[in-house]
Amino acid sequence: MTEAMPAFSLLHPETLDDALLALSTTPESRALAGGTDLIVNMRRGLVEAPKLVSLARVPELKRFETTENGLVLGAGVMLADIADSTLVREYYPALAEAAETVAGHTHRQVATLGGNLCQDTRCLYYNQSHWWRKSNDFCLKYRGEICHVAPRGKRCRAAYCGDLAPALMVHDAELTLAGPEGTRQLKLAEFFNEDGAQANRLKPQEIIVSVLLRAPRGKSAYGKIRQRGAIDFPLAGVAVLADCRKQQTTFTIALTGTNSCPILLNDLPPLGGPAEADGYFDALSKTVQKSVSPQRTTTIAAHYRRLSVAALAARLARQLWEEGQP
Amino acid sequence: MKRILDLKINGAACEDAVADNMLLIDYLRDQKGLTGTKQGCDGGECGACTVLVDGKPRLACVTLAHDCAGAEIETIEGQSRNGRLSALQRAFHENLGAQCGFCTPGMIMAAEALLRRNPDPDDDAIKRALGGNLCRCTGYIKIIRSVRAAAAMLARDAA
Repeated sequence: MTEAMPAFSLLHPETLDDALLALSTTPESRALAGGTDLIVNMRRGLVEAPKLVSLARVPELKRFETTENGLVLGAGVMLADIADSTLVREYYPALAEAAETVAGHTHRQVATLGGNLCQDTRCLYYNQSHWWRKSNDFCLKYRGEICHVAPRGKRCRAAYCGDLAPALMVHDAELTLAGPEGTRQLKLAEFFNEDGAQANRLKPQEIIVSVLLRAPRGKSAYGKIRQRGAIDFPLAGVAVLADCRKQQTTFTIALTGTNSCPILLNDLPPLGGPAEADGYFDALSKTVQKSVSPQRTTTIAAHYRRLSVAALAARLARQLWEEGQP
Repeated sequence: MKRILDLKINGAACEDAVADNMLLIDYLRDQKGLTGTKQGCDGGECGACTVLVDGKPRLACVTLAHDCAGAEIETIEGQSRNGRLSALQRAFHENLGAQCGFCTPGMIMAAEALLRRNPDPDDDAIKRALGGNLCRCTGYIKIIRSVRAAAAMLARDAA
């Protein structure tokens, strides 16, 4: 059962400055991109906002260009355009693969890069209708006092389920943010908090303007585990980058869907040669298992998600390594 | 607050006073009486509300009507011309692609967008394009067959 859409006013600014001004004049206003996350959550009574500022007509957010620093993707670029880009496919394959697997084809026509990075965390006790949550005394993330997933815990355990964040993190992406206090740069790896109630570090009325990807350091790949082949959020997602140089391969791994923020593993020991491979990938799998802490936020058991994310990470890493062998 | 919304629906220009918070699906069904577009999950999960906005498939239940200002909307009602079913409608009918029919308008609009950009899709392309559309009756085989049949009909007509 879905509630009626709450009342709000909707603005369509046509420049970035106007959008920031519109956001800053009403502190409780929210920026609206594709709407595939925000509109659904507003409808379910999870988000209240007297004003929505649509970013759909802001040209500064649509940049998709190669500069001397690297590839710049505006926050308003559609996921379908990222998935279809030959440039992204060739140099940042994990990103193209992640974009290609978000939800369904129709969602990707409107869902944006910035919206995907800022998407709300998800939990079995949160993404429900108002009456369902009310009958359960709400939860720590919104209106309630306890977390039903970890009742003794002090923080929300909802899982961050964005697919693009890990793919961008292994490529060391950098964000440009803009808000009332001006513009700033931030590494994507520093953008997230391990807190389901406040998963990112955007300041009030601040938005993502663009993402910068520097020249890739190696080949990458993305894989995800979900119940159905489309629509579903990841139960776990893995991006791997393999940097093969001479005899050594260095892996960078980022994970999503398991914790309240994506997790970056960028200090993994390198793999020496083929003789070490089997032992190395077994150890890698164990490291990934220890790095994640999936909770009872989905209908699928946390233990299964822990094992499967580790298996998927080792499988993708091995695949990239084998492709890089002479 | 209501504001004037200008757009085209199935080729006809429309000008209506529409509230800022009105969803495209409510505008189409309640204000324009175009009830062919179905309201399923109301959360962007089932695809029953798929319509075309400037030729691209969009989920009307997560789209604000005012976000479509100036756009060309196409719904299932715009498929048949002069009482003649479109190729996709005929193909779904002849291949039993519809059973209860609730998902069919969304399936046909998503398939229409696919055939416009790829007139000869293979099964994988059809599955990807319809990946966001759920059907609880057919098991999808007949839907995929229907889209293939429509592509063949259109190719024959064009030859």
